[in-house]
Amino acid sequence: MSEKKTLATVWLDGCSGCHMSLLDMDERLITLSSQFDLVYSPLVDQKIFPAHVDITLVEGAIGNTEDLEKIHMIRERTRILVALGDCAITGNVSALRNACGAEAMLRRVYGESAHGPAQNATGKMQDIFVQLPRLFERVQPLHDYVSIDAFVPGCPPTADTIHFALSELLAGRVPDLSGVAKFG
Amino acid sequence: MSAAPGAKTFVIDGVDASATPGQTILSAAREHNIFIPTLCHLEGLGDVGACRLCLVEVKGARRLLPACTTRVDEGMEVTTNSPRLADYRQMTMQLLFAERNHVCSVCVANNHCEMQSMATTLGMTHVEVPYRFPALTVDASHERFTLDHNRCILCTRCVRVCSEIEGAHTWDVMGRGIQSKVITDLDQPWGTSETCTSCGKCVQVCPTGALFQKNRTGERRGKDPSFLPYLRTMREEL
Repeated sequence: MSEKKTLATVWLDGCSGCHMSLLDMDERLITLSSQFDLVYSPLVDQKIFPAHVDITLVEGAIGNTEDLEKIHMIRERTRILVALGDCAITGNVSALRNACGAEAMLRRVYGESAHGPAQNATGKMQDIFVQLPRLFERVQPLHDYVSIDAFVPGCPPTADTIHFALSELLAGRVPDLSGVAKFG
Repeated sequence: MSAAPGAKTFVIDGVDASATPGQTILSAAREHNIFIPTLCHLEGLGDVGACRLCLVEVKGARRLLPACTTRVDEGMEVTTNSPRLADYRQMTMQLLFAERNHVCSVCVANNHCEMQSMATTLGMTHVEVPYRFPALTVDASHERFTLDHNRCILCTRCVRVCSEIEGAHTWDVMGRGIQSKVITDLDQPWGTSETCTSCGKCVQVCPTGALFQKNRTGERRGKDPSFLPYLRTMREEL
């Protein structure tokens, strides 16, 4: 029995649906879990991303300054980096705002349709939420910023797809989903 | 069995084959059960070579040729599959996805889309060229149908079915290059078109979610272009 691999999962600009799908593997997850240590994830209480991780699954796109800092740090510390789901791969739903831009989106959601300090704001919306990471004008897929070792499309990828991908990764192979996985 | 008069003999993927006079490489290939990917081609409509997915190698030709509009010549040697062609088809597919906003997860055609399934067939797992994210409009002015430019790949099936089969020619293409778009009549809201007969043929032949019927969701949103060859055959026999 080879040594356990370390696995991390990350949630950036996405809806957590990919993580739900990961959990949808149900009892297969228990079987697989003997082959890895989950060292960082929204599913466990671990605040610091470890210095070295064998496999990291990243859900979500790059939408703000924090996402960007994180993905560079994660790339440096990860051996096999996997883009999990359509947001990570294409921008998907997270990138729906790209056609109108961050400012217009913020004004619509937190200004016109909400009650609060931003409702009648005159200046830039982004300047009101200074304590939050600044949104980029465009949400972009992970591979626009860092190199990606494997792509697992789907919104979300099915539990079967994730099971296949994770099994391959744990066996030391890079999963090839061409001809199998679909977008959406 | 003797060959039909004027039959062309040619080689496709190393196999000797024959084609009727005027037959396209695509048509002959399909008769020989050879798969060539297409999106703009549709059985029953004239071909225009718009999507470029069916590009093949023809020995002696200096460029790749679309199988749907290239006719078989005597002695032609055609290759329908090679690493080079696979690369080009992948790139074509990626360009189609990057050009407009093809967000499968929230598209009315999700799981009923020829573009989405073709991406799977061609093994596309991501798009390497930058997405353009253009701001495009949706025309819902027609009583029964909607046009969403975000999902249009300019295959012109709608234009052709409206002109060739329905005879209305409501649809056309306006603009050049990246500015190209399908329009109804003189680029006016579809609902105000005077030529549209509301027959819905354009909706049925659209390979993506660019044209869809209102109030159709879930399993009822699939399209059925099978009426086309049927109509063609019926009219030819008259």
